[in-house]
Amino acid sequence: MSAVKAIPRAGSKFRTKWLTIVLFLLPAVFVFALFVLLPVVQAAHYSLYKWNGLQPLDNFVGLKNYQTAFDSSIFKTAISNNVLIIVLSLAIQIPFSLFLATLLNRRFRGRGIFRLIFFLPYVLSEAITGVVFSLMLQPGSLVDSGMKSAGLGGFIQDWLGDPNFVMITLFVIISWKYFGFHMILLLAGLKGIPRELEEAAMIDGAGRLQVFRYITLPLIGPTLRVSIFLSMIGSLQLFDMVWVMTAGGPLNASNTMAIAMFKSGFKNSQLGYGSAFAVILFLFGLALALAYQRFVLRRDIEGAVTAYNG
Amino acid sequence: MTTNETTTVDTAAATVATLSAAARQASTAKRKTKRARFVHFLRLSSTSFTRYVILIIVASAILIPIVYAVLGGFKDNGQLVGDPLSLIPSPWVFSNYTDVMFGANAIVFWREALNSLIIAVVAVGLTVGLASLAAFTFARMVFPGREAFYLLFTLGLLFPSAVAILPLLILVRQIGLEGNLLGVALPQAAFGLPLTIIILRPFFKSIPVELEDAAKIDGCGSFGFFWRILLPLARPALATVSVLAVVNTWNAFLLPLILLNGADQWTLPLGVMNFSTQYVSDQARILAFTVVAILPAIMFYVVAERQLVSGLTSGAVKG
Repeated sequence: MSAVKAIPRAGSKFRTKWLTIVLFLLPAVFVFALFVLLPVVQAAHYSLYKWNGLQPLDNFVGLKNYQTAFDSSIFKTAISNNVLIIVLSLAIQIPFSLFLATLLNRRFRGRGIFRLIFFLPYVLSEAITGVVFSLMLQPGSLVDSGMKSAGLGGFIQDWLGDPNFVMITLFVIISWKYFGFHMILLLAGLKGIPRELEEAAMIDGAGRLQVFRYITLPLIGPTLRVSIFLSMIGSLQLFDMVWVMTAGGPLNASNTMAIAMFKSGFKNSQLGYGSAFAVILFLFGLALALAYQRFVLRRDIEGAVTAYNG
Repeated sequence: MTTNETTTVDTAAATVATLSAAARQASTAKRKTKRARFVHFLRLSSTSFTRYVILIIVASAILIPIVYAVLGGFKDNGQLVGDPLSLIPSPWVFSNYTDVMFGANAIVFWREALNSLIIAVVAVGLTVGLASLAAFTFARMVFPGREAFYLLFTLGLLFPSAVAILPLLILVRQIGLEGNLLGVALPQAAFGLPLTIIILRPFFKSIPVELEDAAKIDGCGSFGFFWRILLPLARPALATVSVLAVVNTWNAFLLPLILLNGADQWTLPLGVMNFSTQYVSDQARILAFTVVAILPAIMFYVVAERQLVSGLTSGAVKG
C-alpha cells in the first residue's frame, strides 16, 4: 500500500522538477533562439540566394555571393580595415591601458578621480562620441587650430577625408573611448597580484623593469588575454562610430565588415550578398574565438586547475 | 647614490672635531636619518610627480572633447568658428541649450529621450528577468543537457552581433513589430542575455544549499525560494548586471537604426546623428543637443560607477 503510494509521489516530484526547469529556462532560451540564433542560421540560408528582400526567395545561386565578395575590392578593404584595427589595438591600445593601470595600481591622492575620468568615455554612446569628434576634426576646427598654435601646423591632415589617414584617425578615437575599459580590467587583475612578490623581487635586486617583466606580466597574463580577446571581438564588429563619422568613406576607404554588410544589405537591397558578408564575418569571428580559446585561453584554464590542485 | 650621501654626511660629521665621541655619534645618526628621510621623500615625490604629469595629460585628453562640447553649447557659431581655441564663451549664449530642452527642438529631444527610456526599461527588465530565471536553473539544478544549453548562451558572446542584423529585420517585420519600440527592445534583451547569465550563474551558485533546504522544509517551492530568498540575496549582483544592461541598451545604435523606420520612433543616439546632419551649419546647436543627450549617461555613470566596474571585472577577469 505504502509502496504504491510512494511511486506516484516520486513521479510528481520528478515532474515538478522538470516543470520548474522548463518554465525557468524556456523563456530565455526562446527569446535567445528566436532573436539571436535563428537570424544567424537564416543569414547562412539567405547568403545562398540572390534576393532583394521583397520578392520570393527563389533565385538560388549557391556560393556565388561568396565568390563575388572575395573578388570585390570593397570586401578586401573592409576586412583589412578590421584586421588593421585589431593589430593597432593589440600593439598600442592594450599596452597603453596596461601602462596606465600600473600607474593607478598604487595608493595616492586623486587616484579615484583619475579612474573615474579614464573610464568615463566607456558609458558614452559611440554614435554621439562620433558626432562630437567629427565637429572637432573639421578643417580649421579645434584640432587643427590647436595643432597650429602648438607649432605642429605641418602635421595637419584631412583627418576624415584622406583615404590613407582616415583609419588612423578612427583608431585614435576608438582608443579614446575604450582604453579606460581595458585599464579597468587590467587594474582589477593587478590588484590580484600580492604586493609581497614584487617587494621580494626588489629586495633581491630586481629593477623596476625586471619586476614588471618577470613578476607582473606573467601574473597579469590571464586578464591580459581576456582583454585582448574582448578587444578583437569588439574590433570585428566595429560599426556605430564609423557609420556616424564617415559612413565608410571616403570612397569606401574606411569600410569595416559590418559597414560593408549594412551598405549592400540595406542601401542596395542585396540581402543575399549582404548575408554572405555576415556569414564571413561570423566565420571569421568564430575561427578567431576558437583558435584563441584553443591556443591561448586554455593555458589559463589549465593554470587555474593546477593552482587549485597544488 | 645613497652611499655617496652617507659618506658626505660622515665627512661633515667628522669635521666637527671638538665634540665628544658620544655626542658626535649621536649627531651623525640624527643627521643621517634626517638626510635619508629627505632623500627618500625627494625620490618618492619625483616618481609620483611624473606619475601625476602623465595622468593629468591623459585625463585632459579624455576631458577636452567633453569640455569642448559642453562649453561649445554656450557659444554662438561665430565664436566656435572664429576662435575654436578660446575656452570660455564670451558672451555666454544660453539659447542653444534652452532651445533644445524647452524651445524649438524640445519636442524632438524629449520624444527621443522617452523612446530611449522605454526601450531601456523594457529591454533591461526582460534581460535581467529572463537571465535570472535561466541562471537559477544553470546554478542550482542538475539535469542532462544543462552545460550544453549554457554553452549555447556563452557562444552568443563569441561572435559579432552584427551578423544577425539582416535576417533580424525580416523576422521583426514578419511578426509585425517593425517600427515598434518593442521590436527593438526584444532583440536588445536577447543580445543582453549571455553576459547577464554568465555573471549571475556563479553568484547564484555561491548561495549555500542549506538555505535552500531550510526553505524547502518550511514549504517553499522552487519559485518561492528563487523569488523570496535568492533574488533578495543577489541584489548586488542584480544591480551590477542591470547597470551593464542599461549602458548597453541606452547606447545601442545599429539595432534601432535598422528596426525603427520613422523619426518619431528614434532613440537619442539616432536622434543626435540625424540632428547633426540636419543642422550641419549650426554647430553650437548640435553641441548643445549632444551634451543634453549624453547628460543622463554621465549622471548615471557617476552614481553607478562601482556596479559597472564590478560587473565588468567579474565578467572578464574570471574569464
